[in-house]
Amino acid sequence: MDFATNFASILLGGLSAGTVLFIVSVGLSVTMGLMGFVNLAHGAFAMFGGYIIVLAMNRAHIGFTAALALGFIATTAISVLLERLLYRRLYRAGELDQVLFTIGLIFIFMAVIVIVVGPESQQITLPPALRGQLNLGFTQYRTFSIFLIVVGFLTVTGIWLGFERTRIGAQIRATVDNRRMAESLGINVDRLFTITFAFGSGMAAIGGGLGAEFLGLDPQYALKYLVYFLIAVSVGGLGSVVGVYCASLLLGVLDFMLKLYVPKGGTIFIYALTILLLLWRPQGLFGKKET
Amino acid sequence: MTITASPAEPAAIVARLDHPAARVLTRRHRWRWWEALPWAAAIGCYFAFPDYLGFGAELLIAILFALSLDLALGYAGIITLGHAAFFGAGAYAVGMLAFYGIWTEPITSLLLAAMAAAVVGLLSGLVLLRTRGLTLLMLTICTMALLQESANMAHDYTGGFDGLPSLPIAPVFGVFEFNPLYANTQYVYALAVLAVCFLFVRTLVYSPFGQSLTGIRENLLRMHAIGSPVRSRLVICYTISAAIAGIAGGLWAQTNAYVNLSAFDLDRAAGVLIILILGGYGRLYGAFVGAIVYLALEHFLARIYPTAWQLGLGLLLVLIALFARNGILGLGEALWRRYGATLSGRYRAGRAAS
Repeated sequence: MDFATNFASILLGGLSAGTVLFIVSVGLSVTMGLMGFVNLAHGAFAMFGGYIIVLAMNRAHIGFTAALALGFIATTAISVLLERLLYRRLYRAGELDQVLFTIGLIFIFMAVIVIVVGPESQQITLPPALRGQLNLGFTQYRTFSIFLIVVGFLTVTGIWLGFERTRIGAQIRATVDNRRMAESLGINVDRLFTITFAFGSGMAAIGGGLGAEFLGLDPQYALKYLVYFLIAVSVGGLGSVVGVYCASLLLGVLDFMLKLYVPKGGTIFIYALTILLLLWRPQGLFGKKET
Repeated sequence: MTITASPAEPAAIVARLDHPAARVLTRRHRWRWWEALPWAAAIGCYFAFPDYLGFGAELLIAILFALSLDLALGYAGIITLGHAAFFGAGAYAVGMLAFYGIWTEPITSLLLAAMAAAVVGLLSGLVLLRTRGLTLLMLTICTMALLQESANMAHDYTGGFDGLPSLPIAPVFGVFEFNPLYANTQYVYALAVLAVCFLFVRTLVYSPFGQSLTGIRENLLRMHAIGSPVRSRLVICYTISAAIAGIAGGLWAQTNAYVNLSAFDLDRAAGVLIILILGGYGRLYGAFVGAIVYLALEHFLARIYPTAWQLGLGLLLVLIALFARNGILGLGEALWRRYGATLSGRYRAGRAAS
């Protein structure tokens, strides 16, 4: 394999991993930006959705697209329920209580999955159209990875357009910028938050399903990748969709490269880089300075 | 505590000292009778449960670790999920010194562990404590992960993933050996170390320094406004807390006679946070109550029903975050205020009547 093909395969593999990271963490970024709520349990929604999607395909033999839709709907429903009943009570509480509450939620999700499904990891069977290799002209690569990259790009474009061009997007941007002012202008921040929370959890579910192929899916998922979700969000900047996209892709490519060339302890560079970056810009790459 | 600074009449001084607020302040740090209970219980357990002394030592170390976190999180309000960084630093300091035969004397090893952890705490605190909120949380996690990965990478010195097994730890005072089968020495040794550290922490939090920490936790802006050197206070507190966590880590390495990468685990950092919150933070004895409840449940429940333990722990955390933010001790205090006061009032009324 010559250098160019090698480089292309690293880039494509990293970008597809980063895309999954983006799809999972985008909701977390927006909800944290809106409410400042430290929701460590976001990964648990991704895990929950991933399980719904994989089980729907493997046990109920539902098609891939239908399973994704089902996972999105189920996770949205449960997240709205949890938000209305429990999260809501902790908006005014300190970070510590939020951290504790969401760690508790992660444990509950993990235990319930072990009880209902079992502790073993789940395999996803991709539809035939997404299996195999795709010839890109300059190189060949796995079809599914290319599919992920395209889906990720379409998603970020869609969300970006939604943010920039729709009324609700404008309301979200206004609230991230200045919550009190937005409330004074009559924006229903509570309702806005429920909607974004539900949508973000749904996206996380889809990310969990799409990433199940190479991230794996087991009851430890929510804890195992928690640090990665948090790095993507804090490096990208709270409430910034483009920021999370860039940070996720960067993280994906870097991780992919390091795992290949420095298999032992290569992640040390990721942590060091994150620390340096956050010290340089505590608000993240694309975040707005705190007022 | 000095109450008066102006030249006033003796009577006025007495009157001011007699002011309810002054009385509360001067009495706040006095020893109360129930503060002897945990220590009496710990000594009693030594004789009552000779088969569980290994578990007892583990419990005492968990208390010490939670106590160190209480200083940083409970008193100074530094929200961290990376406190295992210092536990690990202390554990590896003791472990590597002993494994390579450089230094095996236990008590001085612990001091070296404290110093190693304090250096890590000082260096990381100097940069991390500029930030707040999510960024601070992330940076503490990343620092811990960084140390863990470094220990993993420096395989030739730290044993990498497998850690350093069968550390040769010298007997305490050259007499009392650490026996892996009978943990008598470990228990008494851990208890003594905990008692010394506890006395130190207790004195510290009731000192003016401790008061300023509480002030920073309660109202940062106001402490800046009255000219308190907030950043240096936080860094000093973080460093001290790190040193004590390092002692806990060193104790852990000595009593188990091994170190491995689990010393730096996110699980450990989250676990100690849970212990502290469960017991109640910012009140010294929360670490004791939390560690006893958590470890007892874990020890006896988790081995039989690991999933039920996880589910129960999750539910407990959610309930505490929603309803009992001051932990078990806070709950006890609230109940005492509501019912206990009337009970003791009735008791006194009954005695007066008879």
